[in-house]
Amino acid sequence: MKQEYTITVYTENHIGLLNRIAIMFSRRKINIESLNTSPSEIEGIHRFTIVINEAEDVVKKLVRQIEKQVEVLKAYYNTNDEIVWQQLALYKMSTDKVIADVKVERLLRKYGARAVVIRKDYTVFETTGHREEIDKLTEVLGSLGLIEFVRSARVAIINASSGFYEKLQEFEAEKPGEEIVENEFLDKQDEVFSM
Amino acid sequence: MSNTILIEKDKKNTGKEKPAAKRGKYAKGAEITGAQAVVEALIAENVTDFFGYPGGAIMPIYDALYDYMDTLNHVLVRHEQGSIHAAQGYARTSGEVGVVFATSGPGATNLVTGLADAQIDSTPVVCITGQVFASLLGTDAFQETDVINITAPITKWNYQITDATEIPAVLAKAFYIARSGRPGPVLVDITKNAQVQKFTYPGYKLCNHIRSYRPKPNIREEYIKEAADLINAAERPFVIFGQGVILGKAEKEFQHFIEKGGLPAAWTVLGLSALPTDHELNVGMLGMHGNYGPNVLTNECDVLIAVGMRFDDRVTGRLDKYARQAKVIHLDIDPAEIDKNVQSTVPVWGDCKETLPLLTALIWQKQHTEWLQRFKEMRKQEEEVVINDELNPQGEIMTMGEVIRVLNEICGGDAVIVTDVGQHQMVTCRYAKFNHSKSNVTSGGLGTMGFALPAAIGAKFGAPDREVVAIIGDGGFQMTLQELGTIMQTGIKVKIIILNNNFLGMVRQWQQLFNDRRYSFVNITSPDFVTLAKAYDIEATSISKREHLKAAIETMMNHDGAYLLEVIVGKENNVFPMVPQGCGVAEIRLK
Ligand SMILES: Cc1ncc(C[n+]2csc(CCOP(=O)(O)OP(=O)(O)O)c2C)c(N)n1
Repeated sequence: MKQEYTITVYTENHIGLLNRIAIMFSRRKINIESLNTSPSEIEGIHRFTIVINEAEDVVKKLVRQIEKQVEVLKAYYNTNDEIVWQQLALYKMSTDKVIADVKVERLLRKYGARAVVIRKDYTVFETTGHREEIDKLTEVLGSLGLIEFVRSARVAIINASSGFYEKLQEFEAEKPGEEIVENEFLDKQDEVFSM
Repeated sequence: MSNTILIEKDKKNTGKEKPAAKRGKYAKGAEITGAQAVVEALIAENVTDFFGYPGGAIMPIYDALYDYMDTLNHVLVRHEQGSIHAAQGYARTSGEVGVVFATSGPGATNLVTGLADAQIDSTPVVCITGQVFASLLGTDAFQETDVINITAPITKWNYQITDATEIPAVLAKAFYIARSGRPGPVLVDITKNAQVQKFTYPGYKLCNHIRSYRPKPNIREEYIKEAADLINAAERPFVIFGQGVILGKAEKEFQHFIEKGGLPAAWTVLGLSALPTDHELNVGMLGMHGNYGPNVLTNECDVLIAVGMRFDDRVTGRLDKYARQAKVIHLDIDPAEIDKNVQSTVPVWGDCKETLPLLTALIWQKQHTEWLQRFKEMRKQEEEVVINDELNPQGEIMTMGEVIRVLNEICGGDAVIVTDVGQHQMVTCRYAKFNHSKSNVTSGGLGTMGFALPAAIGAKFGAPDREVVAIIGDGGFQMTLQELGTIMQTGIKVKIIILNNNFLGMVRQWQQLFNDRRYSFVNITSPDFVTLAKAYDIEATSISKREHLKAAIETMMNHDGAYLLEVIVGKENNVFPMVPQGCGVAEIRLK
């Protein structure tokens, strides 16, 4: 069954990695609903947040492929009930309209929007929330003279995660494996192999 | 022929000796150019033979190379596609990283097919491409192409260097990534300004750790235990193995494993030669044109043990009809392969060089005589319906199979066999005899026609003491025949057999079987191959009669130099058995 999954990818800061990750989706003809790159809790390590609508089986395989990229430290996928997430939206309205129409003001208050810029000719409001709420507000404002609208990508925190510090330490500590020339069992053939 | 060609021919027919000690020219602290640092990196990585083609954007590197003529053997190919296939052939027979030089723009785009091929067949290759000056990036400068983005999906890793100081560390990383874990192709694009830039050489440090990269997953003991329990309880266990055994250099470990458990084992096309053909537990080839028993019995085994293979669709046929009854144990170094196509009961992550011995220690010494007998019986049936006629045909016209049979008799299974793509490839994989690992070189995952001729050149440089025989179709040969020029110039002693059926045979077979014999553009004409070879100063013969076959192959093998033998075979012969597309493995057709 398809549903919304949020994929979180911890990576090195490497030019070209965004493309490498993006084409893994397009190759499978999977539409990216939202994609955000940002710093993470650890300096120098980037965090991708990608939202797709897919079946779990597909997501699981995709995440394994993403993790295979040399510069990817770790990738996780989560359903919506496993994360806290937000998106930001900006709305530009005509200031005259906002002043004239009480409906607009009421709406903005209902959705917790706040003004970030007020000018004579236009006003820019901002809201944060889930996509559905933002979409609803956009829809109603649309009929009330919305001039410009933009919504950011989702950013998400994983409920069960205790951050990436420990994992990173694990990775950094992981010493390269000894070059195996012959394995221990071959040297002790008589004990192990009785034939 | 010019004098210089003759000199090169004398000098370089078997490749360079492996350097006993590092023979770099510059110590830490020296002022050198980026180009010199590139060549120093090759020396430090123990590269001896490599393949390339010069051009404007890589000229500084070629200029630096001029001073290393006595330590490095650069093979000048005739087309960059040839250089990367040669590097792949080299990597496959030597087990080392193949190296390629190419210029920007068209030089780099000509590598694309080979990169895709190396990516899907997990072949370690490092390609170094020249690029325009960093200041010109994005300006549509002469021969500027966005190589990094073009090759992103077909490289394990790629990187663009714009400053000389990056060169030693990036190349060390490139070699490490190409050869470690599940190997693959890496491309490093170096802008011209970085090549000419002088900097203080920090020396070359081999890379063996990248914090974001885990080449080998940790082995989970509990899965080894579970896998052993399954194998010990099995009545009809069946092992299927792929190139992972060869890439992991785990041939011995693998053999001990199947011998202790008495486990019949079948191979994928890329796993071929990891287990000697004559081994009594070797039950044959899997997949679309594989053997009857291994395909049918895949759907009768109770435990299926997959080692270093990835359940390609050419192996599994229809997945919903594939081994549904079996418990599946999957050993692979790449966690992304586990459960990708076939759901495993027990996943055994890890390098099979390490996991196989752990498993072997826990399994019981056993024999499965009756079960093995089933494979033998089905082999008999296949012999009666298919194999006997293919290897010892009654008709007048020669078959591809009998050519391989005679080749087996003469080479005794000791040669490296390189194949192109098509009917001849399937026939050769089915019937060629192998005593040694790393002896079968073919384009499996990508099915790249034109692979064999350049790959054979590289294979011979990678294994100079072995005979290398390329088996190629009349169609595929014409895709990269320009590499005869490389053979001429290097004097490399490869043997070439063209199995000429006057058709693009494999496509014709499908058109015959599935498109009502509507032979749409599969009728291909060829030049006079013998005259062609002679134009390149390569000995050649063409035969069409059975009574000449043995002597002709003997003459070819005994000839001290490259040799081309054209064998005219039946025009409309088909490769059988066959699992038709969309069918399950058990629905394999014997005719
Ligand atoms: C580069 C490339 N183009 C097309 C194909 C499709 N193809 C697969 S087999 C084949 C026919 C090969 O004919 P030939 O080389 O004469 O070998 P034969 O099958 O006759 O042994 C073709 C066209 C391919 N595999 N690779």
